[in-house]
Amino acid sequence: MSDLAGLYQELILDHAKRPHGYGLVEHPSAESHQLNPTCGDEITLQLNVADDGTLTSVTWEGHGCAISQSSASLLAQLFDGLPVSELQPRIDSFRTMMRSRGTIEPDEDLLGDAAVLSGASKFVARVKCAMLGWVAAEDALAKLK
Amino acid sequence: MPSSITSTTTAEPLSPAEVAALRSDFPALAQQVNGHPLVYLDSGATSQKPRSVLDAERDYYENRNSAVHRGAHTLAALATEDFEEARESIAAFVGASAEEIVWTSNATEGINLIAYAISNASLGRGGAAAERFRIGAGDEILVTELEHHANLIPWQELAARTGATLRFIPVDDDGSLRLDELDDLIGERTRVVAFTHVSNVLGTVSPVELLVARARAVGALVVLDACQSAPHLPLDVRALDVDFAVFSGHKMLAPTGIGVLYGRRDLLDALPPFLTGGSMITTVTMEKAEYLTAPLRFEAGTQRVSQAIALAAAVRYLDAIGMDRVAAHETLLGRRLTDGLAAIDGVRILGPVAGVERVGLASIDVPGIHSHDLGQFLDSRGIAVRVGHHCAQPLHRRLGVTSSTRASTYLYSTPDDVDAFLAGVADGIAFFGGPR
Repeated sequence: MSDLAGLYQELILDHAKRPHGYGLVEHPSAESHQLNPTCGDEITLQLNVADDGTLTSVTWEGHGCAISQSSASLLAQLFDGLPVSELQPRIDSFRTMMRSRGTIEPDEDLLGDAAVLSGASKFVARVKCAMLGWVAAEDALAKLK
Repeated sequence: MPSSITSTTTAEPLSPAEVAALRSDFPALAQQVNGHPLVYLDSGATSQKPRSVLDAERDYYENRNSAVHRGAHTLAALATEDFEEARESIAAFVGASAEEIVWTSNATEGINLIAYAISNASLGRGGAAAERFRIGAGDEILVTELEHHANLIPWQELAARTGATLRFIPVDDDGSLRLDELDDLIGERTRVVAFTHVSNVLGTVSPVELLVARARAVGALVVLDACQSAPHLPLDVRALDVDFAVFSGHKMLAPTGIGVLYGRRDLLDALPPFLTGGSMITTVTMEKAEYLTAPLRFEAGTQRVSQAIALAAAVRYLDAIGMDRVAAHETLLGRRLTDGLAAIDGVRILGPVAGVERVGLASIDVPGIHSHDLGQFLDSRGIAVRVGHHCAQPLHRRLGVTSSTRASTYLYSTPDDVDAFLAGVADGIAFFGGPR
């Protein structure tokens, strides 16, 4: 597979076109807005948490490239239904994967389908695109505590 | 009929053989990128450099490197001579005299220099001579909605510091300046009119003659951002009758770190300095200093000697071809670009196209496909373009997009480069699932 095909896998393009969790709710448990000033990509991401500490849903809105949009969608799909305590290890694992320049195998147990974004880690200029939603989730998570 | 550059269309465009010959002067153009020959269509961001420019800089460092305007030794004299000859070359290139040319780092610094000097005058610096520059509450600074951030934010800041009001000439949905609103926008309160000669996003040429006439009628200063015109069109600052003009060397075959501020001599001599320190003074006591006349008044500290000399080499290179022929060449490429893009389903060219004078530059939006993704696809074929907002967020917002994909040519660009870009755009749209 070429690097370009690795970057834009079918799963990524599908998520970019039909994003999971798209659309904001009125009263989220926590919310974060992030902006990538170099390209203008923007995201508002919300965590919605039930009383028992389970994340019922991640909701978000934003605009940007296929990488940033699919990444947020894959995050939302991955996080839905998880205990809040399990989010940070997954964010850490995703960041490690994205900073690896394609040198390490992604941890699919932790990242699920989001491991597909490992192809983007070879493109240094696109790492920030992929990280945008995850940085928003981390920021929102910190606000929960 | 757009004013100011009407002569360019009569010149002979460069022949394919001429372009092929001059391309061999540019080492960077010969490389492969991602397994493909480089198709460099990002000259609006920065140009590639010919060997003669690189050699000029190396030759200076190898043979004459020393501090200019000081020292009694032979090398210092040779360096000073080269440095001042470079100033004369650039002056001749834009129709000015040497004492009207101030070296800056780039156009951004040039605009900031003017804005801060006006600000200093507004605080009373520069005495009676600088009174004409004083602005404050009730005064207005006029820009356009087309501007690069470099010709917007320094004026926002100047307005904030002085209490003046910043206004702008809006563009319509098509990206054309709303000249019908000038009566409401230019008046007795207008003190500065700052606008771009050529839009770095749309590639369109501004109606300089008209805007200068309107500014003159109310006694406002005219500042021209010539960043996208000086490299691509014959530029004559006296014929255009602007008060100040700025441009950057790196966009016109020279290295980074060198730019030019042109200022009418009487204005520069009356303007208080911006940066102060060594090399810009006549007499200094512990209490105060007297300043040199322009241009040295505005060149504090050790100067960019090698870059200025390299810029002079760049200007020699451009003059040897002829700026009218460069412009004719790029007009043809620009037309090929817009004609080709207009024929691709799903592509929106930003800005007016039909019957409008443009340089070899076009920005596009493809609804449903983000510019970064399209740019990445093109890069995989070795095609280098600019993606994003090109430092013009307000214009993009006005045109209803957050980013665009920009192809920009130069004298070394070929019809094949343009065709590779057009094929890349069409294939990229198909790759990402077709037009929306």
